[in-house]
Amino acid sequence: MPKIKLPTKSPHIDMTPMVDTFCVVLTFLMLTTTMRQPEPATVDTPFSISETPTPDFNTMTFLLSNDGKVFMNFDNGPDTLLKYRPKILAEMGKRYGIEFNEKELREFEKYPSSMGVAMSDMKAFLDAKDNSTRKEFQKGIPLDSADNQLSMWILYARQVNPNIQAVIKGDSKTGFETVEKVLDILQDKNVNRFSLITSLEAAKINLEEIQQ
Amino acid sequence: MAEVVVEEKGKGKKKAKKHPPRIDMTPMVDLMCLLITFFMLTTAFSKAKIMEIILPEKIKDPTKQEAPKISASRTLNIILGPNDKVYVYPGTVKPEDYSANPPILPPLTETDFSAEGIRKLLLERNKALFRKINDFNGQVISGKLKISQDSAKNAISKLKSDDDTGPIVLIKAYKKATYGNFVDILDEMNICGIARYTFVKIAWYENRMVEMAAGLTPTASATSSSSN
Repeated sequence: MPKIKLPTKSPHIDMTPMVDTFCVVLTFLMLTTTMRQPEPATVDTPFSISETPTPDFNTMTFLLSNDGKVFMNFDNGPDTLLKYRPKILAEMGKRYGIEFNEKELREFEKYPSSMGVAMSDMKAFLDAKDNSTRKEFQKGIPLDSADNQLSMWILYARQVNPNIQAVIKGDSKTGFETVEKVLDILQDKNVNRFSLITSLEAAKINLEEIQQ
Repeated sequence: MAEVVVEEKGKGKKKAKKHPPRIDMTPMVDLMCLLITFFMLTTAFSKAKIMEIILPEKIKDPTKQEAPKISASRTLNIILGPNDKVYVYPGTVKPEDYSANPPILPPLTETDFSAEGIRKLLLERNKALFRKINDFNGQVISGKLKISQDSAKNAISKLKSDDDTGPIVLIKAYKKATYGNFVDILDEMNICGIARYTFVKIAWYENRMVEMAAGLTPTASATSSSSN
């Protein structure tokens, strides 16, 4: 019997199709990706069965951190030319007697995540060079009755963008006192419809038990 | 894709290469693997979901506007207590009862967010409507009823607004409750298909009821607190 000759060289695998598929997947991921923006406070959202997706624009998001601080975020509207964010800041500046220059307004327009800065710190916050210095100004928006800046933000946000919706994003461990305060301020400004951000979770109901 | 032009030189005419030389693609594949992993991990694929809630308008001038009247027999009060506990009592407390000295307060039933706790209680009271919604959903899923998703939603909200036996749930929160509790209870309302629910401010006597129920009971004796 003739001996079967084994090839001494390892067989060469053609990787071209693999590269092609990878290219497609990579392109897809690169185009669909929306980078997660780092928030000033880490928040674990509670679970619910709701399946409505978060709206992309016309929102004002209230971030309620674990330790009772309140942060706020707006979007620039469906079209970036609308520039809602700098407009809201300019209105706030007028109210508190602070003049913001072009550069600061642009900085605020671009700022990607929620901010919790008192108006007195706002100028320094926007002029700060890097994120670590900025972080020190993130103390939460003042909302006590003596200096209720949160209600002013809501007022001007709604004046600038009448279609704005209130979205609340809270940590599941946030105390209810904070939530109630924010809800109260919103209701004072006649906002009665809220969206609560949650993560999806399936719920099971044992039907047989109820049918009894 | 991987073609390299081979320069042919006049001198060495020993072999005219028929195949273009292979290019080793392994480093490229490696790199792409890394990039794909990176993008997959950083992408926020599942967008966060939202749950809508509409609160009743604030009554700014109590002399002009009266609080809406609801029948006490259908009312179910749910109070979110400390340590993820839920307290439930039916009906209302009459003004002469809570202003009496000592105030006469109804007993609270203590329960929790598990499927055996508040959900069972709510489904028990909302049986009729829940079964209707469930039958309807079953028909839609099995294909007996062919309607669009929008009209299915409308039909369910019609079922809800026609319902006149289910409970009217008033959700209240004690100050030690958390935001997670609040979302959980609203979620329970959606799961159980409660037609009418709203969130209201807790009254002072309800605060007291929770404090009594939570303070007097060490851990296990829930029955003694509810008889209080």
